[in-house]
Amino acid sequence: MTADVLLDIQNLVVKFPVFGGVLLRRVGEVEAVKGVSFQLHRGETLGLVGESGCGKTTVGRAIINILRAMSYRVEISGRILYHHPSGIVDLAPLTRKQMRPYRADIQMVFQDPYSSLNPRKTVDQIVGEPLRIHTKMSRAERAERVRWLLEKVGLSARHVNRYPHEFSGGQRQRIGLARALATKPKIVIADEPVSALDVSIQAQVINLMQDLQEEFGLSYIFIAHDLSVVRHISNRIAVMSWGNMVEIGPAEDIYLHPQHPYSKTLLAAAPRPDPAVRRRKHG
Amino acid sequence: MTDRTQGAPQGAPLHHVSEGGPQGPPLLQVRGLRTYFYTESGIAKAVDGVDLDIAHGEVLGLVGESGSGKSVTALSILRLIPDPPGRIVEGEILYKGRDLIKLSWEEIREIRGNEISMVFQEPMTSLNPVFTIGMQVMEVIQAHEDVSRHEAYRRAVEILKEVGIPDPEQRMKQYPHHFSGGQRQRVMIAIALVLNPSLLIADEPTTALDVTIQAQILDLMLEMKQRRAGASILLITHNLAVVAETCDRVAVMYGGKIQEIASIDVLFQSPFHPYTHGLLGSIPSVDGPKAKRLTVIPGSVPDIYRLPVGCKFVTRCPYAFEPCPDIEPPLIEDAPGHWVRCHLYPNGGKPAVPPPDHVKRGPGPVDPADRP
Repeated sequence: MTADVLLDIQNLVVKFPVFGGVLLRRVGEVEAVKGVSFQLHRGETLGLVGESGCGKTTVGRAIINILRAMSYRVEISGRILYHHPSGIVDLAPLTRKQMRPYRADIQMVFQDPYSSLNPRKTVDQIVGEPLRIHTKMSRAERAERVRWLLEKVGLSARHVNRYPHEFSGGQRQRIGLARALATKPKIVIADEPVSALDVSIQAQVINLMQDLQEEFGLSYIFIAHDLSVVRHISNRIAVMSWGNMVEIGPAEDIYLHPQHPYSKTLLAAAPRPDPAVRRRKHG
Repeated sequence: MTDRTQGAPQGAPLHHVSEGGPQGPPLLQVRGLRTYFYTESGIAKAVDGVDLDIAHGEVLGLVGESGSGKSVTALSILRLIPDPPGRIVEGEILYKGRDLIKLSWEEIREIRGNEISMVFQEPMTSLNPVFTIGMQVMEVIQAHEDVSRHEAYRRAVEILKEVGIPDPEQRMKQYPHHFSGGQRQRVMIAIALVLNPSLLIADEPTTALDVTIQAQILDLMLEMKQRRAGASILLITHNLAVVAETCDRVAVMYGGKIQEIASIDVLFQSPFHPYTHGLLGSIPSVDGPKAKRLTVIPGSVPDIYRLPVGCKFVTRCPYAFEPCPDIEPPLIEDAPGHWVRCHLYPNGGKPAVPPPDHVKRGPGPVDPADRP
């Protein structure tokens, strides 16, 4: 893999204000991300692992620039340099409106396939919405593209007029992937995309994500707590703890020779699906 | 109901008592359990003929995906099925020789907590947010035993200390929101074990927890069991790795039925059922050789209102052949202590019908020697 940089995150700091007292004045702050720097290369999958509260989700949300919309008076500093064909842009300070031209390039897939799809919209509307916003396609062109996308993620074009509740969890995650791919993104940030799925469905979605990556040349930031899943899909892995990135490197290096004590602890704690390993551990 | 769809004959020993293990009848014997839910959409046969034994002192894993019936099996044992819409339609649950299904409400209340207790997935929702931890632990003791407040307090402090809550006297005064997720699960285990039950049912006890905390909680459960001679655990989980780390035997459920039972060594080394093969292939490895692609089980779990007539796994099984759609295979002991419900294995662990060439036989276990 050539180190063709697509995203360059430099010293990212995210602070959430804490409000308290009768007048809900600002009484303090929580530093969720404490100066994180890393790069995302073209065509790679970067796994972001860590336990709940380590800041991995916040990093993902900072990159797609939705933190300001989600949290009142959040403070973001540092740089999120996106290597756009027309030049390098810092996404960190952009307003929603300024972010528009780059939004299509960076898409997100969420954990919960039940709450991330609008229950009142049909699959056609859900997958077609980014096209309506980001492209000048006609209605017919959009419909055609939606059907094509659905087939790419393993759903049938017959499904276009159905609502999310008519699908299983795995199928909903496929709809989420189709929506993310609608605008031909370069980067997909997947936040725990398979955690809510059953084991057998997890494997299907992981394989699908790998196929789509190959076909469309996507770069993934794959955020997850399941170490075995992250190792399987990632080229490189970053380990986060308490808002810091404690270790980053090629997946096999991190898994076979973790350097940081926290990475070692995390890996040692992961259960292995092999009774022989347990005996070696417990004697 | 034909004989063919029945599981093992009544009273047949389903468990393989290990050498040196406790003899005599198992602690719990579930026979032909059927728990149905009568809803507007039809009858959901959540548990449809489950046979299961739990021996004294063993940790039995019950594995399955959502909707397989594993939690309903557990709730049926404690008679906690909401009625309506649910009802235990048929079967026996013999606990120390008594059929729990035939007990009155007063009698089953005596069993709960004293004899069999349960730990749930969500430690936040299973604790009452408006009472202190101390009150909640003491309540359980005082509800079941005629002891003084002072004695209940003493025992509550003692059990909290035992499950690893530091400074228990102070923590007794605090509320659930003062506790982290892992600590709340420790409190739940304390509440479940304070009356020294013989059977602990743990339903996805670590699913909501981080990996490092998960390892601590699983170790705690095993440690607590060790200290209570002869106590058994039924561990319900979707996570095969958790099973491999904690259980002695494992039962795999699918479509409301037990599909395979074996010791964990046998199940992970040489699984029989195609569903078990598929499940093992779906898990990426943490430190073994890295697979390029995961083996998948095609399709999705069948609609609970329209389960197949024959084998429940037939719609997703790469080995399915002529009898599978129409005839439900019985659960048979195919090798000593290894039970399987599959037409491929009429005897001797050798498939009666060779699987088609294009089908790869499962993932196969990773040879420990291959590990780095």
